[in-house]
Amino acid sequence: MKIAIASGKGGTGKTTLSTNLASYIAESRDCVLADLDVEEPNSGLFIKGELIHVEDKFKMIPEWNRETCELCGNCQKVCNFNAVLKMGKMIMVFPELCHGCYACSELCPTGSLPMKFKKMGELKSYRTGNLHFIESRLIIGEEQAVPLIKQTIDYVNENFDMEMIKIYDSPPGTSCPVIEATKDADLVILVTEPTPFGLHDLKLAVETVKQLGKPFVVVINRHGIGNDGVERYCKEDDIEIIARVPNDRLIAETYARGDLLYPVIPSVKEAVKVISGYIESFKRGEK
Amino acid sequence: MKEIVVISGKGGTGKTSITASFAHIAGEEIIVADCDVDAADMHLLMGPDFGQSEDFYSGELAYIDQDACIKCGKCQEVCRFDAIPIIDGQYIVDPLECEGCGYCARICPTEAITNSEQNVGKWLLSGIRTGASMVHARLNIGAENSGKLVAKVKNEAKAIAEEKNKRAVLVDGSPGIGCPVVSSLSGAAFTVLVTEPTVSGLHDLKRVYTLVKKFGIKAGCIINKADLNETVLGDTKIFLSEEDIVLLAEIPYNDKFTEAMTNGKTVVEWDTELGKIVSGSWEKIKEIVKL
Ligand code: SF4
Ligand code: SF4
Ligand code: SF4
Ligand code: SF4
Repeated sequence: MKIAIASGKGGTGKTTLSTNLASYIAESRDCVLADLDVEEPNSGLFIKGELIHVEDKFKMIPEWNRETCELCGNCQKVCNFNAVLKMGKMIMVFPELCHGCYACSELCPTGSLPMKFKKMGELKSYRTGNLHFIESRLIIGEEQAVPLIKQTIDYVNENFDMEMIKIYDSPPGTSCPVIEATKDADLVILVTEPTPFGLHDLKLAVETVKQLGKPFVVVINRHGIGNDGVERYCKEDDIEIIARVPNDRLIAETYARGDLLYPVIPSVKEAVKVISGYIESFKRGEK
Repeated sequence: MKEIVVISGKGGTGKTSITASFAHIAGEEIIVADCDVDAADMHLLMGPDFGQSEDFYSGELAYIDQDACIKCGKCQEVCRFDAIPIIDGQYIVDPLECEGCGYCARICPTEAITNSEQNVGKWLLSGIRTGASMVHARLNIGAENSGKLVAKVKNEAKAIAEEKNKRAVLVDGSPGIGCPVVSSLSGAAFTVLVTEPTVSGLHDLKRVYTLVKKFGIKAGCIINKADLNETVLGDTKIFLSEEDIVLLAEIPYNDKFTEAMTNGKTVVEWDTELGKIVSGSWEKIKEIVKL
Protein backbone atom coordinates (compact mmCIF):
# COMPACT_ATOMS: atom_id res chain seq x y z
CA MET A 1 0.00 0.00 0.00
CA LYS A 2 1.79 3.10 -1.22
CA ILE A 3 0.70 6.62 -0.40
CA ALA A 4 2.42 9.51 -2.16
CA ILE A 5 2.28 12.88 -0.41
CA ALA A 6 2.66 15.53 -3.09
CA SER A 7 2.00 19.17 -3.91
CA GLY A 8 2.37 21.44 -6.90
CA LYS A 9 5.05 23.50 -5.18
CA GLY A 10 7.36 23.20 -2.24
CA GLY A 11 6.75 24.59 1.21
CA THR A 12 3.09 23.63 1.56
CA GLY A 13 3.77 21.17 4.38
CA LYS A 14 4.44 17.96 2.46
CA THR A 15 7.33 16.89 4.61
CA THR A 16 5.51 17.89 7.79
CA LEU A 17 2.54 15.75 6.87
CA SER A 18 4.69 12.81 5.72
CA THR A 19 6.81 12.66 8.86
CA ASN A 20 3.94 13.16 11.29
CA LEU A 21 1.65 10.72 9.53
CA ALA A 22 4.30 8.00 9.25
CA SER A 23 5.35 8.42 12.88
CA TYR A 24 1.75 8.30 14.03
CA ILE A 25 0.98 5.16 12.02
CA ALA A 26 4.18 3.55 13.32
CA GLU A 27 2.86 3.86 16.87
CA SER A 28 0.61 0.91 16.15
CA ARG A 29 2.15 -1.00 13.21
CA ASP A 30 5.04 -1.20 10.76
CA CYS A 31 5.30 1.71 8.39
CA VAL A 32 7.82 2.85 5.77
CA LEU A 33 8.60 6.49 5.11
CA ALA A 34 10.65 7.19 1.97
CA ASP A 35 11.96 10.67 1.26
CA LEU A 36 11.90 10.90 -2.52
CA ASP A 37 12.66 14.60 -2.65
CA VAL A 38 16.23 13.62 -3.40
CA GLU A 39 17.30 17.14 -4.34
CA GLU A 40 16.28 18.53 -0.97
CA PRO A 41 15.60 15.64 1.40
CA ASN A 42 14.29 17.02 4.68
CA SER A 43 12.29 14.29 6.37
CA GLY A 44 15.40 13.06 8.14
CA LEU A 45 15.53 16.27 10.14
CA PHE A 46 12.34 15.23 11.91
CA ILE A 47 12.93 11.49 12.23
CA LYS A 48 15.64 10.41 14.62
CA GLY A 49 16.33 6.74 14.08
CA GLU A 50 19.16 4.28 14.20
CA LEU A 51 21.12 4.08 10.95
CA ILE A 52 21.01 0.48 9.79
CA HIS A 53 22.08 0.60 6.17
CA VAL A 54 23.95 2.90 3.77
CA GLU A 55 24.62 2.33 0.11
CA ASP A 56 26.03 4.40 -2.71
CA LYS A 57 23.80 4.82 -5.72
CA PHE A 58 25.30 4.89 -9.17
CA LYS A 59 24.51 5.84 -12.69
CA MET A 60 26.35 4.49 -15.71
CA ILE A 61 28.45 6.74 -17.90
CA PRO A 62 30.89 5.97 -20.71
CA GLU A 63 34.63 6.22 -20.19
CA TRP A 64 36.89 6.85 -23.14
CA ASN A 65 39.75 4.52 -23.97
CA ARG A 66 42.18 6.50 -26.10
CA GLU A 67 44.33 3.44 -26.88
CA THR A 68 41.71 1.74 -29.02
CA CYS A 69 39.70 4.73 -30.30
CA GLU A 70 39.90 5.39 -34.03
CA LEU A 71 38.40 8.86 -33.76
CA CYS A 72 35.57 8.03 -36.14
CA GLY A 73 33.26 10.47 -34.36
CA ASN A 74 30.29 8.09 -34.29
CA CYS A 75 29.81 8.53 -30.53
CA GLN A 76 29.24 12.26 -30.87
CA LYS A 77 26.80 11.63 -33.68
CA VAL A 78 24.62 9.20 -31.74
CA CYS A 79 24.42 11.10 -28.45
CA ASN A 80 21.16 13.05 -28.26
CA PHE A 81 22.28 14.97 -25.18
CA ASN A 82 25.59 16.45 -26.33
CA ALA A 83 27.25 14.50 -23.57
CA VAL A 84 30.11 13.24 -25.71
CA LEU A 85 32.12 15.48 -27.98
CA LYS A 86 35.02 14.95 -30.31
CA MET A 87 37.50 17.73 -29.89
CA GLY A 88 40.52 17.36 -32.11
CA LYS A 89 42.13 14.09 -31.11
CA MET A 90 40.16 13.83 -27.89
CA ILE A 91 36.78 12.40 -26.98
CA MET A 92 35.28 14.25 -24.04
CA VAL A 93 32.45 12.87 -21.91
CA PHE A 94 30.32 15.27 -19.83
CA PRO A 95 28.98 13.12 -17.00
CA GLU A 96 26.32 15.64 -15.79
CA LEU A 97 24.72 15.66 -19.24
CA CYS A 98 24.83 11.90 -19.81
CA HIS A 99 21.54 10.03 -19.46
CA GLY A 100 23.21 6.63 -19.49
CA CYS A 101 21.47 5.37 -22.63
CA TYR A 102 24.46 3.21 -23.73
CA ALA A 103 24.11 4.27 -27.39
CA CYS A 104 27.63 5.67 -27.78
CA SER A 105 29.12 2.76 -25.88
CA GLU A 106 27.42 -0.05 -27.74
CA LEU A 107 27.58 1.58 -31.16
CA CYS A 108 31.28 2.37 -30.95
CA PRO A 109 32.94 0.20 -33.61
CA THR A 110 36.02 -0.39 -31.47
CA GLY A 111 34.43 -0.72 -28.04
CA SER A 112 36.33 2.30 -26.80
CA LEU A 113 33.59 3.70 -24.57
CA PRO A 114 32.89 1.08 -21.90
CA MET A 115 30.21 2.07 -19.39
CA LYS A 116 31.47 2.70 -15.86
CA PHE A 117 29.76 3.32 -12.55
CA LYS A 118 29.55 6.90 -11.34
CA LYS A 119 28.21 7.75 -7.90
CA MET A 120 25.18 10.05 -8.07
CA GLY A 121 23.93 9.82 -4.50
CA GLU A 122 23.52 7.90 -1.33
CA LEU A 123 20.67 5.91 0.15
CA LYS A 124 20.33 5.53 3.90
CA SER A 125 17.94 3.39 5.84
CA TYR A 126 17.02 4.11 9.46
CA ARG A 127 14.82 2.39 11.98
CA THR A 128 13.02 3.68 15.03
CA GLY A 129 10.43 1.42 16.60
CA ASN A 130 8.04 0.32 13.85
CA LEU A 131 9.15 3.08 11.51
CA HIS A 132 11.49 2.29 8.63
CA PHE A 133 12.86 5.49 7.18
CA ILE A 134 14.60 5.54 3.80
CA GLU A 135 16.31 8.64 2.52
CA SER A 136 18.21 9.27 -0.70
CA ARG A 137 20.33 12.30 -1.34
CA LEU A 138 21.54 13.49 -4.73
CA ILE A 139 25.14 14.69 -4.87
CA ILE A 140 25.28 18.45 -5.41
CA GLY A 141 26.16 19.10 -9.04
CA GLU A 142 24.28 16.01 -10.28
CA GLU A 143 21.46 17.38 -12.39
CA GLN A 144 19.10 14.44 -12.79
CA ALA A 145 16.94 13.38 -9.87
CA VAL A 146 14.79 10.79 -11.65
CA PRO A 147 17.27 7.86 -11.75
CA LEU A 148 17.89 8.17 -8.02
CA ILE A 149 14.15 8.35 -7.25
CA LYS A 150 13.65 5.22 -9.33
CA GLN A 151 16.38 3.33 -7.50
CA THR A 152 15.01 4.41 -4.13
CA ILE A 153 11.53 3.11 -4.96
CA ASP A 154 13.10 -0.14 -6.16
CA TYR A 155 14.90 -0.44 -2.83
CA VAL A 156 11.65 0.04 -0.92
CA ASN A 157 9.83 -2.52 -3.08
CA GLU A 158 12.58 -5.08 -2.67
CA ASN A 159 12.99 -4.72 1.06
CA PHE A 160 9.51 -4.29 2.46
CA ASP A 161 6.34 -6.28 2.41
CA MET A 162 3.70 -5.31 -0.18
CA GLU A 163 1.02 -4.93 2.48
CA MET A 164 2.94 -2.53 4.67
CA ILE A 165 1.88 1.11 4.53
CA LYS A 166 4.50 3.13 2.70
CA ILE A 167 4.50 6.90 2.73
CA TYR A 168 6.39 8.63 -0.10
CA ASP A 169 7.43 12.20 0.55
CA SER A 170 7.43 13.31 -3.11
CA PRO A 171 9.44 16.06 -4.76
CA PRO A 172 7.57 19.30 -5.55
CA GLY A 173 6.38 20.36 -8.98
CA THR A 174 4.58 18.70 -11.88
CA SER A 175 7.49 17.51 -14.02
CA CYS A 176 9.42 14.23 -14.26
CA PRO A 177 10.58 13.84 -10.65
CA VAL A 178 7.09 13.98 -9.18
CA ILE A 179 5.71 11.69 -11.88
CA GLU A 180 8.40 9.17 -11.05
CA ALA A 181 7.54 9.37 -7.36
CA THR A 182 3.76 9.12 -7.72
CA LYS A 183 3.20 6.78 -10.66
CA ASP A 184 3.81 3.77 -8.45
CA ALA A 185 1.43 4.93 -5.68
CA ASP A 186 -2.00 3.53 -4.84
CA LEU A 187 -3.25 6.82 -3.46
CA VAL A 188 -1.97 10.38 -3.73
CA ILE A 189 -2.54 12.94 -0.99
CA LEU A 190 -2.14 16.50 -2.28
CA VAL A 191 -1.18 19.07 0.31
CA THR A 192 -2.08 22.68 -0.35
CA GLU A 193 -2.57 26.06 1.23
CA PRO A 194 -5.81 28.02 0.94
CA THR A 195 -4.19 30.90 -0.98
CA PRO A 196 -4.12 31.93 -4.65
CA PHE A 197 -0.64 30.40 -5.04
CA GLY A 198 -1.84 27.26 -3.30
CA LEU A 199 -4.90 27.03 -5.54
CA HIS A 200 -2.93 27.63 -8.73
CA ASP A 201 -0.43 24.91 -7.84
CA LEU A 202 -3.13 22.54 -6.62
CA LYS A 203 -4.85 22.72 -9.99
CA LEU A 204 -1.61 21.75 -11.73
CA ALA A 205 -1.05 18.92 -9.26
CA VAL A 206 -4.59 17.66 -9.83
CA GLU A 207 -3.99 17.66 -13.59
CA THR A 208 -0.81 15.67 -13.02
CA VAL A 209 -2.39 12.93 -10.89
CA LYS A 210 -5.39 12.78 -13.20
CA GLN A 211 -3.06 12.17 -16.11
CA LEU A 212 -1.53 9.31 -14.14
CA GLY A 213 -5.01 8.03 -13.38
CA LYS A 214 -4.40 7.92 -9.64
CA PRO A 215 -7.04 8.28 -6.95
CA PHE A 216 -6.30 11.38 -4.92
CA VAL A 217 -7.56 13.46 -2.02
CA VAL A 218 -6.60 16.85 -0.59
CA VAL A 219 -5.31 18.02 2.77
CA ILE A 220 -5.42 21.75 3.47
CA ASN A 221 -2.57 23.14 5.48
CA ARG A 222 -2.60 26.53 7.25
CA HIS A 223 -6.39 26.44 7.17
CA GLY A 224 -7.89 29.80 8.13
CA ILE A 225 -5.36 31.94 6.27
CA GLY A 226 -5.98 33.21 2.75
CA ASN A 227 -9.43 32.72 1.23
CA ASP A 228 -11.98 30.05 0.33
CA GLY A 229 -10.75 29.56 -3.25
CA VAL A 230 -9.38 26.06 -2.63
CA GLU A 231 -12.53 24.93 -0.81
CA ARG A 232 -14.72 26.21 -3.65
CA TYR A 233 -12.57 24.59 -6.32
CA CYS A 234 -12.60 21.22 -4.54
CA LYS A 235 -16.34 21.38 -4.09
CA GLU A 236 -16.99 22.23 -7.73
CA ASP A 237 -14.65 19.53 -9.00
CA ASP A 238 -15.87 16.96 -6.52
CA ILE A 239 -12.49 16.54 -4.86
CA GLU A 240 -12.55 15.23 -1.32
CA ILE A 241 -10.78 17.28 1.35
CA ILE A 242 -9.98 14.75 4.06
CA ALA A 243 -8.37 17.03 6.65
CA ARG A 244 -7.59 20.63 7.50
CA VAL A 245 -4.60 21.64 9.62
CA PRO A 246 -5.11 25.09 11.14
CA ASN A 247 -2.82 28.10 10.61
CA ASP A 248 -1.11 28.40 13.96
CA ARG A 249 2.11 30.12 14.96
CA LEU A 250 2.78 27.38 17.50
CA ILE A 251 2.88 24.86 14.63
CA ALA A 252 5.39 27.02 12.78
CA GLU A 253 7.54 27.32 15.90
CA THR A 254 7.49 23.59 16.61
CA TYR A 255 8.35 22.88 12.99
CA ALA A 256 11.16 25.44 13.19
CA ARG A 257 12.78 23.45 15.99
CA GLY A 258 12.67 20.31 13.88
CA ASP A 259 10.20 18.58 16.18
CA LEU A 260 7.25 16.38 15.26
CA LEU A 261 3.97 18.24 15.67
CA TYR A 262 1.32 15.70 16.57
CA PRO A 263 2.73 14.73 20.00
CA VAL A 264 2.36 18.33 21.22
CA ILE A 265 -0.35 19.91 19.08
CA PRO A 266 -3.85 18.39 19.45
CA SER A 267 -5.21 19.79 16.16
CA VAL A 268 -2.40 18.09 14.23
CA LYS A 269 -2.91 14.84 16.10
CA GLU A 270 -6.57 14.95 15.18
CA ALA A 271 -5.66 15.55 11.53
CA VAL A 272 -3.15 12.67 11.25
CA LYS A 273 -5.64 10.40 13.01
CA VAL A 274 -8.29 11.23 10.42
CA ILE A 275 -5.86 10.79 7.53
CA SER A 276 -4.57 7.49 8.84
CA GLY A 277 -8.19 6.36 9.29
CA TYR A 278 -8.85 7.32 5.68
CA ILE A 279 -5.84 5.28 4.52
CA GLU A 280 -7.08 2.28 6.51
CA SER A 281 -10.51 2.36 4.92
CA PHE A 282 -8.96 2.97 1.49
CA LYS A 283 -6.85 -0.12 2.07
CA ARG A 284 -9.91 -2.15 2.97
CA GLY A 285 -11.44 -0.99 -0.30
CA GLU A 286 -14.16 1.09 1.32
CA LYS A 287 -13.17 4.31 -0.46
CA MET B 1 23.11 44.56 -17.82
CA LYS B 2 23.06 42.46 -14.69
CA GLU B 3 21.13 39.42 -13.59
CA ILE B 4 19.83 39.22 -10.05
CA VAL B 5 18.51 35.77 -9.20
CA VAL B 6 16.28 35.04 -6.21
CA ILE B 7 16.31 31.43 -5.02
CA SER B 8 15.37 29.57 -1.88
CA GLY B 9 16.30 25.91 -2.10
CA LYS B 10 12.82 24.88 -1.09
CA GLY B 11 9.50 26.63 -1.61
CA GLY B 12 7.31 28.25 0.99
CA THR B 13 9.85 30.77 2.20
CA GLY B 14 8.19 33.71 0.47
CA LYS B 15 10.62 33.82 -2.44
CA THR B 16 8.05 34.73 -5.06
CA SER B 17 6.35 37.36 -2.86
CA ILE B 18 9.71 38.99 -2.28
CA THR B 19 10.74 38.86 -5.94
CA ALA B 20 7.38 40.37 -6.93
CA SER B 21 7.96 43.15 -4.39
CA PHE B 22 11.35 43.92 -5.91
CA ALA B 23 9.70 44.01 -9.33
CA HIS B 24 7.14 46.44 -7.98
CA ILE B 25 9.76 48.77 -6.52
CA ALA B 26 12.04 48.65 -9.55
CA GLY B 27 9.16 49.31 -11.96
CA GLU B 28 10.27 49.97 -15.51
CA GLU B 29 13.97 49.90 -14.61
CA ILE B 30 14.16 46.16 -15.04
CA ILE B 31 12.93 43.13 -16.97
CA VAL B 32 11.33 40.37 -14.92
CA ALA B 33 11.91 36.67 -15.61
CA ASP B 34 9.99 33.91 -13.85
CA CYS B 35 12.26 30.88 -14.09
CA ASP B 36 10.26 28.81 -11.61
CA VAL B 37 8.60 27.25 -14.66
CA ASP B 38 7.44 24.13 -12.84
CA ALA B 39 5.25 26.07 -10.39
CA ALA B 40 5.09 29.49 -11.93
CA ASP B 41 3.14 31.74 -9.55
CA MET B 42 4.61 35.16 -9.98
CA HIS B 43 2.17 36.18 -12.70
CA LEU B 44 -0.60 36.00 -10.10
CA LEU B 45 0.84 39.13 -8.50
CA MET B 46 2.05 40.95 -11.59
CA GLY B 47 -1.08 41.34 -13.70
CA PRO B 48 0.46 40.16 -16.99
CA ASP B 49 -1.32 40.79 -20.30
CA PHE B 50 -0.08 37.48 -21.83
CA GLY B 51 0.79 39.56 -24.89
CA GLN B 52 2.84 37.01 -26.79
CA SER B 53 3.31 33.32 -26.41
CA GLU B 54 5.28 30.70 -28.26
CA ASP B 55 5.44 26.91 -28.00
CA PHE B 56 8.68 25.48 -26.77
CA TYR B 57 10.15 22.25 -28.05
CA SER B 58 12.90 20.32 -26.42
CA GLY B 59 13.95 16.72 -26.29
CA GLU B 60 12.68 13.88 -28.42
CA LEU B 61 10.14 11.12 -28.20
CA ALA B 62 10.29 7.86 -30.11
CA TYR B 63 7.34 6.59 -32.15
CA ILE B 64 6.97 3.16 -33.75
CA ASP B 65 5.19 2.79 -37.08
CA GLN B 66 3.37 -0.52 -36.63
CA ASP B 67 3.10 -1.12 -40.39
CA ALA B 68 6.87 -1.08 -40.76
CA CYS B 69 7.66 -3.01 -37.57
CA ILE B 70 8.67 -6.67 -38.02
CA LYS B 71 8.58 -7.32 -34.24
CA CYS B 72 12.23 -8.28 -33.93
CA GLY B 73 12.37 -6.88 -30.41
CA LYS B 74 15.73 -5.17 -30.86
CA CYS B 75 14.44 -1.77 -29.76
CA GLN B 76 13.14 -3.19 -26.48
CA GLU B 77 16.46 -4.89 -25.91
CA VAL B 78 18.55 -1.73 -26.22
CA CYS B 79 16.20 0.67 -24.42
CA ARG B 80 17.70 1.29 -20.99
CA PHE B 81 14.57 3.07 -19.76
CA ASP B 82 12.08 0.21 -20.13
CA ALA B 83 10.11 2.51 -22.41
CA ILE B 84 9.04 -0.06 -25.01
CA PRO B 85 6.53 -2.52 -23.52
CA ILE B 86 4.61 -5.02 -25.65
CA ILE B 87 0.93 -4.12 -25.60
CA ASP B 88 -1.49 -6.44 -27.41
CA GLY B 89 1.39 -7.99 -29.29
CA GLN B 90 2.75 -4.66 -30.49
CA TYR B 91 5.91 -2.82 -29.50
CA ILE B 92 4.71 0.56 -28.23
CA VAL B 93 6.69 3.50 -26.84
CA ASP B 94 5.53 4.68 -23.42
CA PRO B 95 5.80 8.47 -23.67
CA LEU B 96 6.14 8.90 -19.91
CA GLU B 97 9.19 6.63 -19.80
CA CYS B 98 10.93 7.51 -23.08
CA GLU B 99 14.04 9.63 -22.50
CA GLY B 100 14.36 10.48 -26.17
CA CYS B 101 17.87 9.06 -26.44
CA GLY B 102 17.24 7.91 -30.00
CA TYR B 103 19.07 4.62 -29.56
CA CYS B 104 16.12 2.44 -30.66
CA ALA B 105 15.69 4.35 -33.91
CA ARG B 106 19.36 3.92 -34.75
CA ILE B 107 19.27 0.14 -34.54
CA CYS B 108 15.79 -0.67 -35.88
CA PRO B 109 16.39 -2.85 -38.97
CA THR B 110 13.32 -1.54 -40.82
CA GLU B 111 13.54 2.11 -39.81
CA ALA B 112 10.14 1.82 -38.21
CA ILE B 113 11.05 4.25 -35.44
CA THR B 114 11.03 8.01 -35.80
CA ASN B 115 11.87 10.62 -33.24
CA SER B 116 9.91 13.80 -32.99
CA GLU B 117 10.65 16.92 -31.04
CA GLN B 118 8.43 17.30 -28.01
CA ASN B 119 6.35 20.28 -27.12
CA VAL B 120 7.26 20.70 -23.45
CA GLY B 121 5.40 23.91 -22.79
CA LYS B 122 5.36 27.51 -23.84
CA TRP B 123 7.03 30.74 -22.94
CA LEU B 124 5.27 34.08 -22.76
CA LEU B 125 6.14 37.73 -22.99
CA SER B 126 3.83 40.03 -21.06
CA GLY B 127 3.50 43.63 -20.16
CA ILE B 128 2.85 43.78 -16.41
CA ARG B 129 1.15 46.31 -14.19
CA THR B 130 4.45 47.87 -13.05
CA GLY B 131 5.04 49.00 -16.63
CA ALA B 132 7.86 46.52 -17.10
CA SER B 133 8.02 43.47 -19.37
CA MET B 134 8.00 39.99 -17.94
CA VAL B 135 9.09 36.73 -19.53
CA HIS B 136 7.46 33.67 -18.02
CA ALA B 137 6.63 30.12 -19.00
CA ARG B 138 4.46 27.14 -18.46
CA LEU B 139 5.92 23.66 -18.49
CA ASN B 140 3.52 20.94 -19.59
CA ILE B 141 2.42 18.40 -17.02
CA GLY B 142 4.92 15.59 -16.74
CA ALA B 143 7.36 17.21 -19.15
CA GLU B 144 11.02 17.01 -18.42
CA ASN B 145 12.26 20.18 -16.78
CA SER B 146 15.69 19.89 -18.30
CA GLY B 147 16.56 23.49 -17.64
CA LYS B 148 16.19 24.33 -21.32
CA LEU B 149 12.92 26.19 -20.86
CA VAL B 150 14.46 28.01 -17.92
CA ALA B 151 17.42 28.98 -20.09
CA LYS B 152 15.03 30.15 -22.81
CA VAL B 153 13.10 32.39 -20.41
CA LYS B 154 16.31 33.90 -19.14
CA ASN B 155 17.82 34.45 -22.56
CA GLU B 156 14.67 36.10 -23.88
CA ALA B 157 14.60 38.37 -20.84
CA LYS B 158 18.24 39.26 -21.35
CA ALA B 159 17.74 40.03 -25.02
CA ILE B 160 14.82 42.35 -24.22
CA ALA B 161 16.79 44.03 -21.46
CA GLU B 162 19.60 44.74 -23.87
CA GLU B 163 17.29 45.94 -26.60
CA LYS B 164 15.44 48.28 -24.27
CA ASN B 165 18.57 49.36 -22.48
CA LYS B 166 17.46 48.13 -19.08
CA ARG B 167 20.04 47.78 -16.37
CA ALA B 168 18.95 44.49 -14.86
CA VAL B 169 17.00 41.28 -15.20
CA LEU B 170 15.28 40.17 -12.03
CA VAL B 171 14.89 36.39 -11.94
CA ASP B 172 12.56 34.33 -9.80
CA GLY B 173 14.69 31.18 -9.69
CA SER B 174 13.78 27.51 -9.68
CA PRO B 175 13.76 25.28 -6.60
CA GLY B 176 15.99 22.29 -5.93
CA ILE B 177 19.61 21.71 -6.87
CA GLY B 178 19.11 20.07 -10.30
CA CYS B 179 19.17 21.26 -13.92
CA PRO B 180 16.54 24.03 -13.62
CA VAL B 181 18.28 25.87 -10.80
CA VAL B 182 21.64 25.43 -12.49
CA SER B 183 20.15 27.13 -15.56
CA SER B 184 18.63 29.86 -13.38
CA LEU B 185 21.96 30.64 -11.75
CA SER B 186 24.31 30.58 -14.71
CA GLY B 187 25.51 34.07 -15.56
CA ALA B 188 24.05 35.72 -12.46
CA ALA B 189 25.73 38.79 -11.01
CA PHE B 190 24.11 38.35 -7.62
CA THR B 191 21.98 35.74 -5.87
CA VAL B 192 19.40 36.53 -3.23
CA LEU B 193 18.82 33.54 -0.96
CA VAL B 194 15.45 33.60 0.78
CA THR B 195 15.33 31.44 3.90
CA GLU B 196 13.53 31.00 7.20
CA PRO B 197 15.02 30.14 10.59
CA THR B 198 13.77 26.57 10.76
CA VAL B 199 15.89 23.46 10.99
CA SER B 200 14.90 22.48 7.47
CA GLY B 201 15.22 26.04 6.15
CA LEU B 202 18.84 26.22 7.29
CA HIS B 203 19.54 22.75 5.90
CA ASP B 204 18.19 23.77 2.47
CA LEU B 205 20.03 27.07 2.56
CA LYS B 206 23.36 25.32 3.11
CA ARG B 207 22.67 22.79 0.40
CA VAL B 208 21.68 25.30 -2.26
CA TYR B 209 24.50 27.66 -1.27
CA THR B 210 27.02 24.91 -2.07
CA LEU B 211 25.77 25.20 -5.63
CA VAL B 212 25.91 29.02 -5.65
CA LYS B 213 29.44 28.84 -4.34
CA LYS B 214 30.43 26.41 -7.10
CA PHE B 215 29.43 29.09 -9.60
CA GLY B 216 31.35 31.71 -7.63
CA ILE B 217 28.34 34.04 -7.47
CA LYS B 218 28.15 36.69 -4.77
CA ALA B 219 25.16 36.19 -2.50
CA GLY B 220 22.93 37.98 -0.05
CA CYS B 221 20.29 36.54 2.22
CA ILE B 222 16.82 37.54 3.37
CA ILE B 223 15.60 35.78 6.48
CA ASN B 224 11.82 35.59 6.42
CA LYS B 225 9.78 34.78 9.56
CA ALA B 226 12.97 35.76 11.39
CA ASP B 227 11.43 35.62 14.88
CA LEU B 228 10.22 32.01 14.61
CA ASN B 229 13.20 30.49 16.35
CA GLU B 230 16.02 32.38 18.02
CA THR B 231 18.48 29.49 18.09
CA VAL B 232 18.17 28.65 14.41
CA LEU B 233 18.23 32.37 13.58
CA GLY B 234 21.56 32.58 15.42
CA ASP B 235 22.90 29.54 13.57
CA THR B 236 21.76 30.97 10.25
CA LYS B 237 23.57 34.25 10.93
CA ILE B 238 26.74 32.40 11.91
CA PHE B 239 26.58 30.49 8.64
CA LEU B 240 26.07 33.73 6.67
CA SER B 241 29.05 35.44 8.25
CA GLU B 242 31.27 32.37 7.81
CA GLU B 243 30.42 32.24 4.13
CA ASP B 244 30.60 35.98 3.64
CA ILE B 245 26.95 36.22 2.59
CA VAL B 246 25.43 39.67 3.10
CA LEU B 247 22.45 39.72 5.45
CA LEU B 248 19.99 41.84 3.47
CA ALA B 249 16.96 41.80 5.75
CA GLU B 250 15.16 40.08 8.57
CA ILE B 251 11.40 40.00 8.07
CA PRO B 252 9.26 39.14 11.10
CA TYR B 253 6.63 36.37 11.05
CA ASN B 254 3.49 38.10 9.87
CA ASP B 255 0.26 36.83 8.34
CA LYS B 256 0.09 40.10 6.35
CA PHE B 257 2.59 38.45 4.02
CA THR B 258 0.03 35.87 2.97
CA GLU B 259 -2.77 38.43 3.14
CA ALA B 260 -1.05 40.54 0.48
CA MET B 261 -0.75 37.54 -1.82
CA THR B 262 -4.38 36.56 -1.21
CA ASN B 263 -5.36 40.01 -2.45
CA GLY B 264 -3.14 39.76 -5.51
CA LYS B 265 -0.78 42.41 -4.19
CA THR B 266 2.91 42.50 -3.44
CA VAL B 267 4.02 42.95 0.16
CA VAL B 268 5.30 46.46 -0.47
CA GLU B 269 1.88 47.58 -1.65
CA TRP B 270 0.02 45.93 1.19
CA ASP B 271 1.83 46.69 4.41
CA THR B 272 3.98 49.76 5.14
CA GLU B 273 6.10 48.16 7.80
CA LEU B 274 6.93 44.95 5.92
CA GLY B 275 7.23 47.06 2.79
CA LYS B 276 9.93 49.19 4.38
CA ILE B 277 12.02 46.15 5.24
CA VAL B 278 11.72 44.68 1.75
CA SER B 279 12.53 48.03 0.06
CA GLY B 280 15.52 48.35 2.33
CA SER B 281 16.89 45.05 1.11
CA TRP B 282 16.35 46.05 -2.54
CA GLU B 283 18.32 49.26 -1.92
CA LYS B 284 21.17 47.18 -0.49
CA ILE B 285 21.14 44.87 -3.50
CA LYS B 286 21.28 47.85 -5.86
CA GLU B 287 24.24 49.18 -3.99
CA ILE B 288 26.09 45.87 -4.08
CA VAL B 289 25.58 45.19 -7.77
CA LYS B 290 25.98 48.91 -8.58
CA LEU B 291 22.69 49.32 -10.40
S1 SF4 C 1 32.75 5.90 -31.64
FE1 SF4 C 1 34.40 4.84 -30.57
S2 SF4 C 1 36.05 4.79 -32.06
FE2 SF4 C 1 34.59 6.29 -32.81
S3 SF4 C 1 35.35 8.22 -31.96
FE3 SF4 C 1 33.86 7.46 -30.50
S4 SF4 C 1 35.10 6.29 -29.07
FE4 SF4 C 1 36.39 6.58 -30.84
S1 SF4 D 1 25.47 6.96 -22.77
FE1 SF4 D 1 23.96 7.99 -24.08
S2 SF4 D 1 23.71 9.97 -23.09
FE2 SF4 D 1 25.55 9.10 -22.24
S3 SF4 D 1 27.15 9.93 -23.53
FE3 SF4 D 1 26.59 7.97 -24.39
S4 SF4 D 1 25.07 8.43 -25.95
FE4 SF4 D 1 25.24 10.23 -24.66
S1 SF4 E 1 13.49 -2.67 -33.64
FE1 SF4 E 1 12.09 -1.88 -35.20
S2 SF4 E 1 11.34 -3.69 -36.24
FE2 SF4 E 1 12.27 -4.40 -34.35
S3 SF4 E 1 10.57 -4.49 -32.90
FE3 SF4 E 1 11.49 -2.49 -32.67
S4 SF4 E 1 10.35 -1.16 -34.04
FE4 SF4 E 1 9.88 -3.26 -34.63
S1 SF4 F 1 14.32 6.88 -27.64
FE1 SF4 F 1 15.59 5.86 -26.09
S2 SF4 F 1 14.30 5.90 -24.27
FE2 SF4 F 1 12.94 6.32 -25.98
S3 SF4 F 1 12.15 4.33 -26.52
FE3 SF4 F 1 13.94 4.67 -27.80
S4 SF4 F 1 15.62 3.73 -26.69
FE4 SF4 F 1 13.93 3.94 -25.24
